[in-house]
Amino acid sequence: MSANCWNCGGSVSARFCDACKALQPPSRDYYAFFDMPRQLALDSKDLEKRFYALSRQLHPDLFSRKPAREQEYALEASAILNDAYRALKDPVTRALYVLKQEGYDIAEQGTKDVPPELLEEVFELNMALEELRDGDEDARAQLQSARHRFESMRDQIDASLLSQFAEWDASHDRAKLDEIRGQLNRRKYITNLIARTDEAHVSD
Amino acid sequence: MFQIEFENQDTVVGIDLGTTNSLVAFMNLTKPEVIPGEDGDKMVPSVVSITPEGDAIVGNRARQELIDHPARTVYSVKRLMGRGIADVQDELKLFPFRIAEGSESVIRLVLGEKTLTPPEVSALILRQLKKNAEEALGTPVTKAVITVPAYFNDAQRQATRDAGRIAGLEVLRLVNEPTAAALAYGLDKRHEGIIAVYDLGGGTFDISILKLHDGIFEVLATNGDTHLGGDDIDNLLLKIALEDIASEWSTDVSHSGEAVQTLRASVIRAKEALSFAPTSTIEFAWHGKTYQREITRELFEGLIRDIVDRTLGPCRDCMRDAGVTPEQIDEVVMVGGSTRIPMVRGAVEVLFRARPHTELNPDEVVALGAAVQAGILAGTVENQLLLDVTPLSLGIEIYGGIVSKIIHRNSTIPASAGETFTTGVDGQTNVLIHVVQGERELAKDCRSLARFDLKGIAPMPAGMARIEVRFLIDANGILNVTARDARTGLEHSVDVKPSYGLSDEQVEAMIEASIDHAEEDFQAAQLAGARVDADAILLATAKAQKNDAWLALTDEERQAITDAVSRLKLAHNAEDHNVIRAQIERLNEVTHSLAEQMMNTAVSSALKGTKV
Repeated sequence: MSANCWNCGGSVSARFCDACKALQPPSRDYYAFFDMPRQLALDSKDLEKRFYALSRQLHPDLFSRKPAREQEYALEASAILNDAYRALKDPVTRALYVLKQEGYDIAEQGTKDVPPELLEEVFELNMALEELRDGDEDARAQLQSARHRFESMRDQIDASLLSQFAEWDASHDRAKLDEIRGQLNRRKYITNLIARTDEAHVSD
Repeated sequence: MFQIEFENQDTVVGIDLGTTNSLVAFMNLTKPEVIPGEDGDKMVPSVVSITPEGDAIVGNRARQELIDHPARTVYSVKRLMGRGIADVQDELKLFPFRIAEGSESVIRLVLGEKTLTPPEVSALILRQLKKNAEEALGTPVTKAVITVPAYFNDAQRQATRDAGRIAGLEVLRLVNEPTAAALAYGLDKRHEGIIAVYDLGGGTFDISILKLHDGIFEVLATNGDTHLGGDDIDNLLLKIALEDIASEWSTDVSHSGEAVQTLRASVIRAKEALSFAPTSTIEFAWHGKTYQREITRELFEGLIRDIVDRTLGPCRDCMRDAGVTPEQIDEVVMVGGSTRIPMVRGAVEVLFRARPHTELNPDEVVALGAAVQAGILAGTVENQLLLDVTPLSLGIEIYGGIVSKIIHRNSTIPASAGETFTTGVDGQTNVLIHVVQGERELAKDCRSLARFDLKGIAPMPAGMARIEVRFLIDANGILNVTARDARTGLEHSVDVKPSYGLSDEQVEAMIEASIDHAEEDFQAAQLAGARVDADAILLATAKAQKNDAWLALTDEERQAITDAVSRLKLAHNAEDHNVIRAQIERLNEVTHSLAEQMMNTAVSSALKGTKV
């Protein structure tokens, strides 16, 4: 993608103009911003290194003596850099971002419906929470073990997500994204369940 | 010829605008340095008094006014920045603030015949610091970095920036106090590591955890309490003393501003002494009666235990949010006068399992860090960079008064979020967006920031309009909102109604009102600058007169220089900088040949291989 520099009019293909070194309007695509192909499996150390290097180029502090327009671009670019880093460093938010870029509607969907295989668990959890509210301290242990079960379910999902990430990166097969999306919904449901057991103060 | 030509670069100062004391610092080549005031004190007490003539007295002199004219004098005004009257009911019980009518969204303080908002009072403190800096540096100062508690919300930050503008300062950056302290410690010499900064100031408590990476200070998380500080400790002791006095003397002196302020000063002295001695005494004399009370450290520690404990919760939460354990923390930095208290140091050491840094003066460390940040912005400090975070989540109110969070707390700033809004009924031409800050589920439990009105939407069926709104928190932690019509791609106007604080028009009017002062200040700075330059050239000339080159001059030349020197010395006391400048110029002209001679001597000495 090439455009003309806002400052000197020369043609630019990078973040900074080759001729006058002025910062150009930033890309809003998180992967393009990090100069990376769209892939789900990422090395977090490598991402962090890129983040620090880009921060040293783009932070508004480094532009305080530059023209107002360039300061605007630096602010904009730094905001996108930080947003992108935040989204990409966590596997779940990273996957949600990719789904969105691939045209999926990722608004809070599906999380209200109980996944069928969890129906019984949810029923028991509600019972235990109610018993605890009624003062039955025995329910506490029950909630504790429920929490452990949910955590191990979440860990399983995380493990399977990692292999699905690698598979999508290799194939860019849309069917894989459908699977990932299903897994993410299930994961979201389970993390909500964990949060509910925490509300009853049964953690650790 | 002897004048040193500086690159025309603006001096950027660093300012710690504190609850109790304020300081200004600058980068002296490579080292930050605090600039003392005219009384030689580096700390300017954040106290402002208004004389019957309407002039402002700031600092140590105003502290005396606090006792002599309490109704004209105010302190701890930082507690009121960016707040409405409903927020400060607790403060009003403990501080002698006199609030005028109409203080819902901006507090108006009555000081003698004047009514001033907290940003205007803070501007008077900033103006004093600006003046101190201008006199010491001999150059006008128009740009500054100002520090704020990390836990300050948007309105409090805006109020601080407004204060800077009213004082005639371009505020290049608001920096969080704990982050500034980390910069001041020069911990970048450590290549990698985790740093905790514990900042217990006069009125606020902050804790920040940072990750250091090759000169990048990345804040991982911050937490705090904007209502917790050394003032609270003073109030505890004050309460005891007032109760004692009421029972001993059978008189309640708590209604006399003068008595309370005198007693408060004694309480503070006793508190400070306890950091170094096992016991100290509160002493108070009033209308021929005297009160004395010994305070042991044991009693004191029992008294403040609750305050110290209240700082530990935020520290634990901060570690959790940062994802670090106490064992991972390599360095702990202490900031704020209250960290001199042995019990505070002990509690911090136990919590973080690391001996805290106390090498730098905890009262000065924030100002020093602000100066380093000023150096970063001016380009004189390289390879250091602060990546700070927003302390509170940003949300918008949706149906049912529920908050939808769009930027989470502890997000690195600048940070942004985009939302698309539409209309709910046919033909609707504006959409009102309520933006709040805080962690609670309901908008009414969060801090209201502003209402943004998207006006001028073309009438169309409900749900058809698409206005993309971009919320951006800048590097100062202040929210900026822009909107774009997704169908036309055109910028959409946003009408902002801040919930707390001054409107742009109000700030402009205050700047206008202070312009005449600015002219005076500018003259003073010009004068100070001319005197500094005069001293420099006089010193250089005196040195040159001891050089061999002096003897190589003709008698006339020597006479001309001696004349010009005495004229400049006379002009030195003039009140008009132009008079001094003219004499500097004259001396500069007549020393031309002397300077040339010196160069030649230097060259010929060098050729002979001798040292000059």
